[in-house]
Amino acid sequence: MRHCVGIDIGSTCTKLAVLDEDKEIKEVFLRPTGWSSKETAELIKDQLKDKGIIAENSKIVSTGYGRASVAYADKAVTEITCHAKGASYLHGAKNLTVIDIGGQDTKIIQIKDGVVQDFMMNDKCSAGTGRFLEVMANSLTLDISELCELAKQGSNVSISSMCTVFAESEVISLMGKGESKENIAHGIIDSIINRVAGQAQRFNLDESEVALTGGLYQFDYIREKLSSVLKKDVSVSKYGHYAGAIGAALVAHDIL
Amino acid sequence: MTDNVKMWTELGMDVENHDNLCQVLPTAVGDVFLSQENRPKAMDFWDMVISDVHGIRPAELIEAQKNGQKVFGTFCVYVPDEVIIAANGIVTGLCGGSQFWVPDGEKVLPKNTCPLVKASVGARLGRTCPFFRIADIYVGETTCDAKKKAYEILGEDVDMYVMNVPQMKRDIDIAHWKDEIATFSKKVEEVTGNEITPEKLGEAIHILNERRKAMARVYEARKSKVAPISGRDALLMTQIAFFDDPVRCTEMCNRLADELEERIENNNGVVDPKTTKRILITGTPMAVPNWKLHNIIETSGAIVVCEEMCTGTRYFEHLVDESGTTLDEQYMNIAKRYMKNNCACFTPNGGRIDDIIRLAKEYQVDGVIDCNLKFCCLYDTEKLPVKKALNEADIPVLDLETDYEDSDAEQLRTRIGAFIEMLNA
Repeated sequence: MRHCVGIDIGSTCTKLAVLDEDKEIKEVFLRPTGWSSKETAELIKDQLKDKGIIAENSKIVSTGYGRASVAYADKAVTEITCHAKGASYLHGAKNLTVIDIGGQDTKIIQIKDGVVQDFMMNDKCSAGTGRFLEVMANSLTLDISELCELAKQGSNVSISSMCTVFAESEVISLMGKGESKENIAHGIIDSIINRVAGQAQRFNLDESEVALTGGLYQFDYIREKLSSVLKKDVSVSKYGHYAGAIGAALVAHDIL
Repeated sequence: MTDNVKMWTELGMDVENHDNLCQVLPTAVGDVFLSQENRPKAMDFWDMVISDVHGIRPAELIEAQKNGQKVFGTFCVYVPDEVIIAANGIVTGLCGGSQFWVPDGEKVLPKNTCPLVKASVGARLGRTCPFFRIADIYVGETTCDAKKKAYEILGEDVDMYVMNVPQMKRDIDIAHWKDEIATFSKKVEEVTGNEITPEKLGEAIHILNERRKAMARVYEARKSKVAPISGRDALLMTQIAFFDDPVRCTEMCNRLADELEERIENNNGVVDPKTTKRILITGTPMAVPNWKLHNIIETSGAIVVCEEMCTGTRYFEHLVDESGTTLDEQYMNIAKRYMKNNCACFTPNGGRIDDIIRLAKEYQVDGVIDCNLKFCCLYDTEKLPVKKALNEADIPVLDLETDYEDSDAEQLRTRIGAFIEMLNA
């Protein structure tokens, strides 16, 4: 059995997808990237072996910010190309705008007739990224799913700082003023949604479907909020977290 | 090297701090330039110059000063070299292109000033660049707000003259620019003690037109799909042209062009044209030793074939009409040539968009990278109309913003890598 393996080493999380020769998803799993992407790559190699996937019979493609650390990969491809391929495969749309809220950067990718037409990544700062949400949730001693639940019940607070560090002190001073957790949570989610939507709206969304990939795909509240700000139904796939890894596996299939 | 240290000490430089720059430069030159394969042999001249960039040319300038010549330091392609050369003056570029100079600039400038301006001020105030020490007078211009204010700060430390570049291109603006050049020529006469005559100005116009033609020949060769020279090497040639003697520069560029033309005939390129994407870069200038973007692009499966920027086509495109016989006619001819440059400081600036599309076609590019230095709001704002026009012309474009630090190199590599993958798809 020949396998197509995609390894997406992101800044916080490493995702892995295995497809067979018919492009069927056979296996997906994830693990924290940890401090060394080289070490993570080695651990994944062992995990693959345990699952009976032998490098000699497979093609392996790496992506994500740690893509150069996978010494045994046949090819390294950027996460833009992989997310586009993965999302097109998962959503089956020819014209698709992919919003990927990653740990370190947020990507908006416009796909036309199945190929990347244009893309945009946020700049060096963590505003509008998964990291922003993580730090904010931590400051309220919540996880992201709890944060979303509370946010649903809140209103009327806005977080104006775009910088994660400043936003954190803004949250702390709101807590000091006795603002409710619900309202603060609401403001936090609004902040990231507006930031990401502002980026996405630089593209013409009229003639394409919109998909949300990355770890936040699992939070309905985020998807709903994004849909309402974009005035466009945002769809997610149950494999949304693995879009990059699946895309990499599809590239592996191309070179099988 | 010992001679250099003696020279730097005599120039009043902070030799100890300057050593930090001297230590990293050879590695950078090795990584960016010398590691390339099958380079044109004529690049040996520029390799020599860059490997002793604070030694060879500064020593020549000091020698010229001993013989009574004056050195004018400039920051912009709008300053008309013709007038300075006509009075037997020497022009040297002064723009700072390294993060090394930025902290000294930040001591007096807001942090959100573009790195080029911060580095230029830092190089002077930190006393860590011989060119900034040697120049008898700095000639600035009003092409950006940060520069205008920076010149006021520099003016407290060095003799500073600022030319008022118009911000529009109506006939009255061109007439104004002509007057500005005539006024500048009086200043040049005063500094040099030499009179500018129509004969001398005519000669200077000719010398600089020859330099433009020689550089244009090198760029002409870059239009070939053979790709006889890397973008990095061509950029180095252009960057050094701002510092070199114009006659020698012309000779060296022509020598390089001869070799490139021969390479095209023999189908001897520096990359495989079938698998390498051709890129045009547009945006803010790249002062020495800023090779960051070219280096990332050319180690990611593409080649830079043209730069629509001041350290690129704007430096040599358009000749000055040589037929003027009076100073009045000559100043007008000079004014007309310089006002053909399309800097983002002008409004409106549709000419730049026309240039980008024209050059993209002439240089047979696969995609355009539009990159501005951080905090340059003029070029940043022009990205949108540039993108719109390129989209309409069906030319892919990637927008980037960066500074002199290496910290974003991997993020740039991802964006550029993805763009090249997109061009290959």
